[in-house]
Amino acid sequence: MKTYWELIISFFKTGLFTFGGGLAMLPIIKAEVVDRRKWITEDELFDFYAISQCTPGIIIVNTATFCGYRLKGFWGGVVATLAVITPSILIITLIAAVLSRFMDNPYLESAFSGIRLGVCALLLNLIFDLGKKIYTQSSQKKLHIGIFLGACFMLLVFKASAVAVVFTAALAGFLPYLRKFRKRSHK
Amino acid sequence: MIYLTLFYEFAKIGLFAIGGGLVTIPFLFDLSEKFNWFTPEQLTNMIAISESTPGAVGVNMATFAGFQAASVIGGIIATIGLVVPSIFIIVLISKFLQQYACDTRVQTVLSSIRPAVLALIIFATAQIMTLSIQNALDFALFAILAVAIRFYQKNPIFYILLSAAMGVILKL
Repeated sequence: MKTYWELIISFFKTGLFTFGGGLAMLPIIKAEVVDRRKWITEDELFDFYAISQCTPGIIIVNTATFCGYRLKGFWGGVVATLAVITPSILIITLIAAVLSRFMDNPYLESAFSGIRLGVCALLLNLIFDLGKKIYTQSSQKKLHIGIFLGACFMLLVFKASAVAVVFTAALAGFLPYLRKFRKRSHK
Repeated sequence: MIYLTLFYEFAKIGLFAIGGGLVTIPFLFDLSEKFNWFTPEQLTNMIAISESTPGAVGVNMATFAGFQAASVIGGIIATIGLVVPSIFIIVLISKFLQQYACDTRVQTVLSSIRPAVLALIIFATAQIMTLSIQNALDFALFAILAVAIRFYQKNPIFYILLSAAMGVILKL
């Protein structure tokens, strides 16, 4: 019972303090689920963020289902998902019902422009940590730097979609096997 | 009956929108043409409000659209419809991952998508930054927050609240 309750609180918080899309969720969900509760590892979170981008559905919802399932099976997934969408339902219903004009309030607007800057700063911090971690843990540094540069190239030059980038990276991971296979067949 | 239609339409969006919240926008425009729940202009306002309120954009827009179509219950049903396909798909993938976590091919795939995900996060962050940082004051606020976060690693919720307060104090 305790775990269900903790799941509800953690994902309600994540839903409440995420502004914008799935990416803005990452610093919050990492602090809550990885650093504080230690339910999943950082690697699992980012693997799952990648998988979520290539599967149907909203990224934050997919990640919540994943964490909940890891802890408590199917019903854990359902509970975490419902908890992460509850703040949205409450706040948007309120706004849609009475407050649509309230959104033009200058105080609220400047608060939101401040929050956007805060989200940028949080993401920058996450990028530093994540880059360092991926580099130190990588067992094939040359290959992985190549994949990183290739992904940047795809995004910059071809404006490739996230799905295309992730699939290409997954295939590129098998390049060393190809070389081994060739060497073997030459002998 | 409208509840069933709402559930069905939003479950379809949940099933076919690959890549997160913003991908649902074209589907919502289709809905505004197919039903008279909301106009495209209303949808544009809904997108703006959904992006600046707490919660994932995709989830917020579903609640909003459902509310426009059939009030409070409509909002709840549309949102649940949106997430039901995710729950089943993700549970299946999690089962697969647990079973094959030690498989070297799965390991290879996961370790080689990590650098690509880093690139994706960097590019998306750069996009958000160009939209959010519009003048010198913005940049100064951003720089102060970035340095503070780097050296005093606190809970991100603290920084979200701090940046909201800084926005109100410095921008009015």
